Amino acid sequence: MKQTTLIYKMIMAATGLFLCFFLVIHLLGNLQLLLPEAEARAQFNWYSHLLSGNILIKIISYVLYLSLIGHAVYALLITLKNNKANGQKYAYDKRGSVSTWNSRNMGILGAIILIFLVIHFKDYWYEYKFGGLPLDGKGNKDLYAIVISSFQQGWYIIIYEISFLALGFHLLHGFFSATRTIGLYHPKYAKAVRVFGWIYSLLITLGFMLIPLYIYFNLNL
Amino acid sequence: MKLYLKVWRQEHRESKGKMIDYEVGGISVHMSFLEMLDMLNERLIQKGERVIEFDHDCREGICGACGMMINGRAHGPLSGTTTCQLHMRSFKDGETVYIEPFRAAAFPVLRDLKIDRSSFDHIIQAGGYISTSTGQAPEANSLPISHDTTEAAFDAAACIGCGACVATCKNSSAALFTSAKVSHLVLLPQGKLESANRVIKMVNQMDEEGFGHCSNTEACEVECPQEISVLHIGRMNFHYNKALILRK
Amino acid sequence: MMDSKIPEGDIADKWSNYKNHAKLINPANRKKLNIIVVGTGLAGASCAASLAEQGYNVKSFCFQDSARRAHSVAAQGGVNAAKNYKNDGDSVYRMFYDTIKGGDFRSREANVYRLAECSLALIDQAVAQGVPFAREYGGYLNNRSFGGVQVSRTFYARGQTGQQLMIGAYQALMRQVAVGKVKTYTRHEMLDLVLVDGKAKGIIARNLETGALERHAANAVVLATGGYGKVYYLSTLAMGCNTSAIWRAHKKGAFMSGVSWIQFHPTCLPQIGETQSKLTLMSESLRNDGRIWVPKKANDERTPNEIPEEERDYYLERRYPAFGNLSPRDIASRAAKERIDAGCGVGPMKNAVCLDFSKAIKEQGKDKIEEKYGNLFRMYDKINGVNAYKEPMLISPAAHFTMGGLWVDYDLMTTIPGLFALGEANFSDHGANRLGANSLLQSCVDGYFIAPYTIPNFLAGEAKVEKVTTDHPAFAAAEETIKKQIEQFLNAKGHLSADHFHKTLGKLLYDKCGLSRTKESLEDAIVELKALKKSFDKDVKITGDGQMNSELEKAGRVSDFLELGELMCHDALQREESCGAHFREEYQTPDGEAVRNDEDFCYVSAWEWKGEGKKPELHKEPLIFEAVALTVRSYK
Repeated sequence: MKQTTLIYKMIMAATGLFLCFFLVIHLLGNLQLLLPEAEARAQFNWYSHLLSGNILIKIISYVLYLSLIGHAVYALLITLKNNKANGQKYAYDKRGSVSTWNSRNMGILGAIILIFLVIHFKDYWYEYKFGGLPLDGKGNKDLYAIVISSFQQGWYIIIYEISFLALGFHLLHGFFSATRTIGLYHPKYAKAVRVFGWIYSLLITLGFMLIPLYIYFNLNL
Repeated sequence: MKLYLKVWRQEHRESKGKMIDYEVGGISVHMSFLEMLDMLNERLIQKGERVIEFDHDCREGICGACGMMINGRAHGPLSGTTTCQLHMRSFKDGETVYIEPFRAAAFPVLRDLKIDRSSFDHIIQAGGYISTSTGQAPEANSLPISHDTTEAAFDAAACIGCGACVATCKNSSAALFTSAKVSHLVLLPQGKLESANRVIKMVNQMDEEGFGHCSNTEACEVECPQEISVLHIGRMNFHYNKALILRK
Repeated sequence: MMDSKIPEGDIADKWSNYKNHAKLINPANRKKLNIIVVGTGLAGASCAASLAEQGYNVKSFCFQDSARRAHSVAAQGGVNAAKNYKNDGDSVYRMFYDTIKGGDFRSREANVYRLAECSLALIDQAVAQGVPFAREYGGYLNNRSFGGVQVSRTFYARGQTGQQLMIGAYQALMRQVAVGKVKTYTRHEMLDLVLVDGKAKGIIARNLETGALERHAANAVVLATGGYGKVYYLSTLAMGCNTSAIWRAHKKGAFMSGVSWIQFHPTCLPQIGETQSKLTLMSESLRNDGRIWVPKKANDERTPNEIPEEERDYYLERRYPAFGNLSPRDIASRAAKERIDAGCGVGPMKNAVCLDFSKAIKEQGKDKIEEKYGNLFRMYDKINGVNAYKEPMLISPAAHFTMGGLWVDYDLMTTIPGLFALGEANFSDHGANRLGANSLLQSCVDGYFIAPYTIPNFLAGEAKVEKVTTDHPAFAAAEETIKKQIEQFLNAKGHLSADHFHKTLGKLLYDKCGLSRTKESLEDAIVELKALKKSFDKDVKITGDGQMNSELEKAGRVSDFLELGELMCHDALQREESCGAHFREEYQTPDGEAVRNDEDFCYVSAWEWKGEGKKPELHKEPLIFEAVALTVRSYK
């Protein structure tokens, strides 16, 4: 099969949509952090344990890693092709005035998210898997403690909030763009999906942004 | 009124071009943009200089020959308008106006503002037609087609092939052009039979010509003189995916 | 006496008889035959595609950057066909009659009948290609009525019928390019016809990108290069439309006919300034719902909306109650000129009339009008910055269509064997005036249905003739002439641009050989044109080099226009009658209607080029009317 750029785009769309789905699960899990402290610690650590043990979850996590890598690699490939297709640059360029900023800068937004992911993986995923974490009362690894302690630092929260904003704008274009690439063209449903995409992006972004702020202010006030 | 133009001048395909300044006075607001260039060229002739080459023909917005980047936008500041239909009332006295050719690797510059858009012809050659030969047609009314279907097909078929979609696309994608043709033909019962083969061949050709991918910024729809909807791109993608999945 | 080679039989059987007896070529031999088609408009593209489908090798030339852009795209209104889908009494015969009458009995019966007959197949063909003609809610094809007829036989695709038919033909052509049967030469301009032993055997073309002159040989040459209305400079035509291909063929021996029969389209946007390059056409279909009027009072300074109903003169409804606003184009244009000349014109230059939709909007609602003409109203707004839903459009007549062109026989072959002329480039079906929506029809019918029979019929007789290659001295000689002309242009030491001469020529022709002419004006014009041509040769200034150079292209075209203009005047001068678009002021009734002279002028004038500075020679093809009786053309 010929690897057309449209197939590249399809891979971007499929991986992107899977990541969108994952974000929902991830957010739902993280919302447990908002519970009263004792309850939150028990439940969050139990949930983390559940995710690391289950075979089904394991498979999904591999799909997740692949999606992340695929999404980034293909984005890079597409960008390279893209530069080639553009040829000479315009001396004076106002093309941006007819489209949204985020739709034109998915690459930059994606790069911010990628950097964030490196930090995020290092601090939690790596720590959870390979770091020596203390156990909580129920014998689960106490990830909760790490989360809470890291969100005591203002600069750390700023990194997170900026990344979530980038994520939000990335989703705002990415979600609907993926559905277009997959082939949604009916004007009624395309519109509905677009509205859904806005709501989804808003909820995900606000949800993720809320958690660090809540933890920080809850503990410091 | 008076304008300060910065115009791309390039000798031929291989040579390097650059922006050259021109001062043009005595412009009337009723003039079309191309008439303003005519006037400038007339003055260049008087000075013994080579005129600015630009493509144009019907000057009523339908042939698709004209097209340039005016102040960084395809076909100038108005949406849904060809360069020939742009009038000087859209500019202010004393304004600086940048004029460049449509740029994309698949649209090489020939001279000044003239470009080679034969890549579009190649995309149509790859399958943008219904395979019917003269003489084969059945009675026209033997195939009723709903009013709405016809109108939708027309919306797509209205493409004039000017290339503004490519020029304004940050990735130089020909998705709107290609999808308009795919859509026009797939919507009509006459064109459905070949749809799978057509969409695959046309999408492949689009790549072959060196166009970029579509990242759905939707700028093309804004600049398209015929205001062709980006939803056609969705329809092309749908039929492409369907063809990939179902093909034997 | 010209032989038009009309087949035997009753008028309704002639074309069938022709097809039944036309010579054929075996498929294996078709592959060995090459045909050059110049022009990629409806006639050229459809002919090239149809011949390629039959198996011939076709080379297709156009000066545009793509075969999709020829000026056929600009036709807005529609295409006629005698389908009688409206059950309103239409038939092939009635369409034939309307066209003959519309052409003021100056066209060839057999050709016109064939046009009406083939119209049926054209609609089928276009629909099969995917042309999205307007449909009714039940899914069947819709029609509207057009000027000069009382039935609804016009098929349309919004206001872009020409574009949609053109795309259909272009796609058919591209399909043949993909299978290797057609090779396209875009950005190529034909600059000369090459004759070998008196037969058309090739062309000299200039590559407009590199400037290189190329030789192309073939067994037959087809010119489908459109009309020459651009001779008037300000016209509805595209800037690149020209007469060069047919004019250079004319100078090589092909006769020209009906040269001065030029249709002025009544619904165009008026001139508003000196630098204007184009008079944009607003589809005639607007006259279905728009009413045309001028103020009753001359030199009325009020804006159209300020003029009350009782002070408006709906002059078409007044003068031609039966057809009213749908009177044929020549009549509507002349009536407008009459009112404008009387001082009743509107607009800044007092050179326009009002086309008013207020009644239609009141009766049908704005939505309905928008559905029918939305793109035209938008176009009007774009060009003028005026909302025509609120105030009347200002329109005026403009040079639009050339009924004249290369003389062709029933086979569409010119007086040069092997040289065919199709579409607007030929004279044939429209007589002295073309009916709306017949031009798309004629180009398509010529290209899809006639030439694919008549060209093989010619080639069948040629198969044994020795093959001509571009090494033949005739090619070298033609190329040398062209090279000289180009050098002459580039070395000219003048001080005036080609456009300057073109504009001067246009103004002169508008005044003296335009909507109306007189003996004096034409005689004056001939003298002035000779002087203008001399001045052009001496004073033209071309900057730039011999490569891509639009000024050089223009110079060649303007040079040909200047010579053509003179022939137009000779043609108009010689025809001492008024017929169709040809209105000689000396020949009119007291109330201003045209007076035709069937006694002395019921023939086609075919002009032969006798050389530079020499008077062209007139040949006559008598027009014999068997199926219809000659009547006075009245739309009152």
